[in-house]
Amino acid sequence: MERVPILKIGDILLVSIQVDMSDQTAIQLQEDLAERIVATGCHGVIIDITALDIVDSFVGRMLSTIASISKVLDAETVVVGMRPAVAITLVELGLSLNGIRTALNVERGMELVAATRADDWDALDGDDEDAETTATP
Amino acid sequence: MAMSAEQSGRLARLLSEHTDRLTERWTETVAASLRGRLSQAELGRQVRELHRSMIDAGRNGLTDLADEHGGELRAVLAELSTNRARQGFSASETAISVFAVKDALLELMEENKADDTLRDFVAFSALIDQMGLFTFESYVRTREGLIADQAEQLLELSTPVVKLWEGVVAVPLVGTLDSARAQVVMERLLQTLVDTGSPYAIIDITGVPAVDTQVAQHILKTVVAARLMGADCIISGIRPQIAQTIVALGIEFGDIATKASLADALRHVLRLTGVETTARRPRRES
Amino acid sequence: MTAVDLGVPDVQAIRSDEDVVRVRQLVRTTAVAAKLSLVDQTKLVTAASELARNTLIYGGGGTAEVTSVEDGRRRGVRIVFADDGPGIADLDQAFTDGFTTGGGLGLGLSGARRLVDDFDIWTTVGEGTRITVTKWSR
Repeated sequence: MERVPILKIGDILLVSIQVDMSDQTAIQLQEDLAERIVATGCHGVIIDITALDIVDSFVGRMLSTIASISKVLDAETVVVGMRPAVAITLVELGLSLNGIRTALNVERGMELVAATRADDWDALDGDDEDAETTATP
Repeated sequence: MAMSAEQSGRLARLLSEHTDRLTERWTETVAASLRGRLSQAELGRQVRELHRSMIDAGRNGLTDLADEHGGELRAVLAELSTNRARQGFSASETAISVFAVKDALLELMEENKADDTLRDFVAFSALIDQMGLFTFESYVRTREGLIADQAEQLLELSTPVVKLWEGVVAVPLVGTLDSARAQVVMERLLQTLVDTGSPYAIIDITGVPAVDTQVAQHILKTVVAARLMGADCIISGIRPQIAQTIVALGIEFGDIATKASLADALRHVLRLTGVETTARRPRRES
Repeated sequence: MTAVDLGVPDVQAIRSDEDVVRVRQLVRTTAVAAKLSLVDQTKLVTAASELARNTLIYGGGGTAEVTSVEDGRRRGVRIVFADDGPGIADLDQAFTDGFTTGGGLGLGLSGARRLVDDFDIWTTVGEGTRITVTKWSR
């Protein structure tokens, strides 16, 4: 079984899915990520799916689960690089990927994670009115 | 009635022995039907080419146009009808160019009557009919190709995606949106978002005469797909009547931002991205 | 117009997780050869992925038969998923968005049907399920 590598860049874990994942590989990635978040104490996870030519309901569910798990572990997940054809297909399939934040590319994903973390610090400083408004609408 | 190889040979002989007279009479008949819309020289050339390939085919023992011997003749016929279709001649005018040879042949054969003349003429005639039908089909195929090309060009023409600002693209939709066009617009808009890395898109529907449930569905799907990719869409240019239709049809735009004009939409996006747009001193324009 | 097969079908057994990946790749190759647009390829491969997984999880394994077809005007790809599993007792329920007995999102059957042009299902309790889908080029 193939394993998807997880890279650590600063405070962010970067997962770039380059293979056509079997369901087992997807489940393995989910487990590996949870462990790495705890081990590294990172506060951001970026999952790059630029290379994926399809996202079916199984992978969609995996992405949602990863987002929920990392939330519990105090990390923000952003899915980046979804191809137009994949997005159109997901809409038709009826999969809305609720609770997942998305960005066009890795760079914008990193900005999004940084902005969210900054808001969290602002919120800690007692200035919590900006916390929601600066997040992507 | 199918033509025998012998008859085919006789046809070739007949055609080659009276070349000048035949082509002249043939050209004359065609010219009359085209009423001078094609130059005499070009017409003459086409008739002589057709004449020559009929002789060649006959010498090879052609009995049916679909035969392998008919390859060259078919090519000549196809070229003729393609040209006619492009030049705007009608299908009948194109077919007459082929059928006209019958008159010329009949005159010739009447003068040299023999026992099997009638039988021969019926067989020749059957081949010429096949040729005529083939011309007709090529003609239709060419026209269909032209129509398909134009439809595609129209699609390209009518769906521009323009970059308005750093990180902001817009699609001004003009004309009626059908399912095929909406799909093209959707794909092109999403691809542009990726190519330019723009997180904002404005869909301007000022030029759309009417919005029905289906069009609204397409727009909504585009917006949801863009969100999945990490981009936001704003819909602008909703005219009063369209707003009424949308409400009457019970279409939910949900939390999708809608603005009255493209300018409003752009101002909204720029505010979101943090670009300062409000002029410090309100400017008055006369 | 009736569909005409172009060539013999490619058959892929569905016995494991990796076979689902192989079905996806086979369908992709055939769809590219049939000149389906990128979006249509993606829709078909996604539908195939959902249905192959259903065949594996609910049908206990089976086969996918991928054929290139033509109907005189357009080309297309037809896939037949067959298994000898328990069959589906309540079809209406199985096609309801969000209904699942397998712990998934419940979008497999209904979602796959929305992604293809023709969708045909035969199922008998105790005998198995056979789903035929076709996607045509535009």
